[in-house]
Amino acid sequence: MAESEVWLGIAGLAAVSVLTRGFFMLSDKPWPLPGWAREALKVAPLAALVAVIAPEVLMSQGELIGHWRDPRWPAVLAASAYYFWRRDILGTIVAGMALFLTLRLGLGW
Amino acid sequence: MLKTSLRALWRDPEFKRGAREMVGPALGIAAWGLVTGVAMIKSGLSLAQALGMTVLVFAGSAQLAAMPLITAGAPLWVLLGTAFCVNLRFVIFSAQWRRYFGHLPRARRLTMGYFAGDLNFVNFVRRFPTPRVEAGQQAYFWGTVAVNWSAWQLASIAGVLMAEHIPSRWGLGFAGVLALLGMAYSLLNERVLWIVALVAATVSIAAYTLPLRLHIVVAILVAAAVGWWLDARKSRSDLHG
Repeated sequence: MAESEVWLGIAGLAAVSVLTRGFFMLSDKPWPLPGWAREALKVAPLAALVAVIAPEVLMSQGELIGHWRDPRWPAVLAASAYYFWRRDILGTIVAGMALFLTLRLGLGW
Repeated sequence: MLKTSLRALWRDPEFKRGAREMVGPALGIAAWGLVTGVAMIKSGLSLAQALGMTVLVFAGSAQLAAMPLITAGAPLWVLLGTAFCVNLRFVIFSAQWRRYFGHLPRARRLTMGYFAGDLNFVNFVRRFPTPRVEAGQQAYFWGTVAVNWSAWQLASIAGVLMAEHIPSRWGLGFAGVLALLGMAYSLLNERVLWIVALVAATVSIAAYTLPLRLHIVVAILVAAAVGWWLDARKSRSDLHG
């Protein structure tokens, strides 16, 4: 992305912060929430996160990783195991990165 | 005028209480900010861009989700649409904030909304469980913001500055992906949502070669449709079963 486009993106993201955090305070009158919107609120954040994460973990240069010597999938397994053991996001990051860095710097994966 | 009202706020016992009750969770906030700061630089943002994003956007998960899209040159609407979806939980919170701050002038309540992250919401609702207007609420709110915002910004800026000195081949940007992963796991509180997540992952990878990073949009739409269909089927069988 060009320099100016990145700044435009940053400005847009700031606007998204204001819009989403103030959504139901925008209007002076209360808005009723339709049922389909309630459903979308439940599902869309998870879908968006997973849609961003999956290719970052399982693909490189637009293709599924074809060899197992890639530190990302073991890091995700370690992070997942930690999360479901302790339910703590911070520890999840630390556990995953510990294995990631061991494999990448220690074994050169 | 502003100075005296700020000083009065600073001395308000509810402000102090709001700030004090945020000190514990602020450690986690700071760590998350550090990860985000490092990830922004390691995804290729310049120093100015990363600092600008930290200060202006002030939304960790949306910033992290935006990184791969900015790196890949996604169009603006895909970038903003994805951030909007990641931020939808705040839309839900805002309906609740309205019951406390809806009577304030629009500029004031939107400013407060902008500063209200996840933990501000959690702490505020614990302090004022009944959703009605009460004395001390605004002071308490700004107390939580003072600690939360400072912890986040300082740690995030520290991460940005540190990242410049860490070699890129270490791949520290992956910490941002793991942060998003933990966040996604924390949302999996119904069985239907596991299926939604699986569908989103599969479709996102299968549709990856679509132009303009549209695989994200397609994955969200298909997963949402599957979630809606599963829920509709479940409530029908609940009705008849």
